[in-house]
Amino acid sequence: MNKKQTKNNLITYAIVIAFYIIVEIMILTGNLSSHMKGLLVPLTYYAVIAVALNLCVGILGELSIGHCGFMCIGAFTSAFFSRATEMSIPTVPRFILAFIIGIAFAALFGFLIGIPVLRLKGDYLAIVTLAFGEIIKNVINSFYIGIDSKGLHFSMKSAMEMGMDKDGDIIVNGAMGITGTPHNANFTVGIVVLLITLFVVQNLVGSRDGRAIMAIRDNNIAAEATGINITGYKMMAFTISAAIAGAAGVLFSHNITTLTASSQYFGYNASIMILVYVVLGGIGNIRGSVIAACILYLLPELLRGLNTYRMLIYSIVLIVMMIVNWSPKIIEWRKRTFGRMNLKLTKEA
Amino acid sequence: MKKVKRVLGAALACVMSVTMLAGCGEGAATATTGGSGSGTFKIGAIGPLTGAAAAYGNAVVNGAQIAVDEINEAGGINGVQIEYKSEDDELNAEKSVNAYNTLKDWGMQLLVGSTTSACSIAVSEYTKEDNMFQLTPSGSAEDCVKYDNAFRVCFSDPNQGIASAQYINDHNLATKVGIIYDNSDVYSSGIYQKFVEEAEGKNFEVVSAEAYTQDNNTDFSVQLQKAKDAGADLVFLPIYYSDASLILTQANTMGYAPTFFGVDGMDGILSVENFDTALAEGVMLLTPFAADATDDLTVNFVKKYNEKYGETPNQFAADAYDAVYIIKAAIEKAGATPDMSVSDLCEALKGAMTQIETKGLTSAKMTWDASGEPNKEPKAVIIKNGAYVSAD
Repeated sequence: MNKKQTKNNLITYAIVIAFYIIVEIMILTGNLSSHMKGLLVPLTYYAVIAVALNLCVGILGELSIGHCGFMCIGAFTSAFFSRATEMSIPTVPRFILAFIIGIAFAALFGFLIGIPVLRLKGDYLAIVTLAFGEIIKNVINSFYIGIDSKGLHFSMKSAMEMGMDKDGDIIVNGAMGITGTPHNANFTVGIVVLLITLFVVQNLVGSRDGRAIMAIRDNNIAAEATGINITGYKMMAFTISAAIAGAAGVLFSHNITTLTASSQYFGYNASIMILVYVVLGGIGNIRGSVIAACILYLLPELLRGLNTYRMLIYSIVLIVMMIVNWSPKIIEWRKRTFGRMNLKLTKEA
Repeated sequence: MKKVKRVLGAALACVMSVTMLAGCGEGAATATTGGSGSGTFKIGAIGPLTGAAAAYGNAVVNGAQIAVDEINEAGGINGVQIEYKSEDDELNAEKSVNAYNTLKDWGMQLLVGSTTSACSIAVSEYTKEDNMFQLTPSGSAEDCVKYDNAFRVCFSDPNQGIASAQYINDHNLATKVGIIYDNSDVYSSGIYQKFVEEAEGKNFEVVSAEAYTQDNNTDFSVQLQKAKDAGADLVFLPIYYSDASLILTQANTMGYAPTFFGVDGMDGILSVENFDTALAEGVMLLTPFAADATDDLTVNFVKKYNEKYGETPNQFAADAYDAVYIIKAAIEKAGATPDMSVSDLCEALKGAMTQIETKGLTSAKMTWDASGEPNKEPKAVIIKNGAYVSAD
């Protein structure tokens, strides 16, 4: 059992590393269009947040539809840090610190939100996480933070209220968000973060703690009766999940230089998009999440040639994928037609 | 056996991803060098063509299309035809960068975009890297033209705020001003901030400033009541026309009739469905473009736009139309040719932009300095008998 799991984990790393090597070779030989090059970093952070959400939805078994809120926190705290210290700290340590800060804040908020939220179950939990995701977005939208020679200024009303010097630098400007975050994220960093994420999540799943978490998912009462600390393990999984989402946020904010807490990036639609990656990749299947995130993020971009029809086709593809992957009849038919080997392949792909 | 299957599985997955990537890799070789050997100028446009802000993106794309068609019909720029392509960004900065990269693969040499501020800022980071000439028709936030390769056609948000405050001061329009603005919108809060800063020391006083967000833009009675209670005799609305039409309707219901003063986002209020245009009577706005102006250029443009797309163009379309002609003027001034590399073309146009003076739909005279900001006079119009009339 354990050996099989290790091998399974190694295959996931191998796929990611192979993908990285292939892409690097294609970049070096000039075979990759700039369109594809631009998609590489988003691919990695969507894969990372899909893994994070899979930890929450698939392993812990609690439906969260506000995960982009944690991504938002990671993005804003790290972008704020990078903007504020752009002049004083060299790039590499600053970016590492930005990661630590983004992850720490996302984890902190994951923990704080987890306290009330994890007492709820099922639909209620989903609704409350949705609400928290929206609250995070709206609160950040009303922050004004600036720096001048006198130090930090803060307001929740408007930029003028801060009373800054003329030469002051407004870092967080309400709805206008943070602009001019240094463009530090690249494909290599993204892949490293993805590998670390996979390492953390897969090892957690394989560990004693991971088995306890899955026991809670499978049967709450039985788990409690066995003496498992339900609240503790739930909090642990939820906080780790939020922290990883924060890491995705750090990549996000250091890839796109304008960061606004608006709904197209961090709203519930975006959260549901991530949930779609997780569901279509297979709930509880970490490798599936990574692959589904890549395919589903690439798809609308690859369909650009079809102009306005692409969203229509994209949604049809989603429906077809859903049916092919999950319909019992289709699974039966696949089994009959392609035999066991193909079934294994589709599971892995 | 099991091992073989697993290895095979992994291998197949790899093959799949390679073919997928390779499929998109075509044409990459021509893209990186930039210069199109085909002897045409390749102009790209980016804007939200789908989703909530589709009206703006489509206006930009269509407006630019009309200008491109006109120029090509008349023989092109210095005898060189223009190729034109637009990409969708869904009002998403991330997608906007993707759209930019797609256009780059197509061989774009000059960019008209992005339509919206946040997208434009995100894209400018990349045009800077590639040193590609960028002219945003309607990206009005300050940072859109932060880099020296980026210019804009429209007024910047601060400019609009400052111009509005000065206009109200110079024409003694009010003593007490109320403001209702959308604090979830970059455009609106940008104008609001500068307006309030500029209002200091003017002959009027800002007595109320109430915010709303896109999540609660249906009921404005609270904001209006506060302005009324504070005795505001002019309400400044630095917002888009759809929200403004609701404000006017609700102000009418509660019997509050101050002067309403808007900015260019207010343009379009007369075309809102189910809106009683009588309520807009007396509304003043600063706008660079009015579709019912009677000069030849506007009449011709509105007619063509109507024929082709079946609607009346707004200022976004006009800005994009002007943008293409500005590029034409700059190319002619610089004597640029399509076989120049993207970077050389950008250097040439950068220099030419500060020397040209163009006439367009949005202003009778526009000039630029190296900062990328346009120099043009804001036009104030007042709505009389359901039509825009110059206020001066």
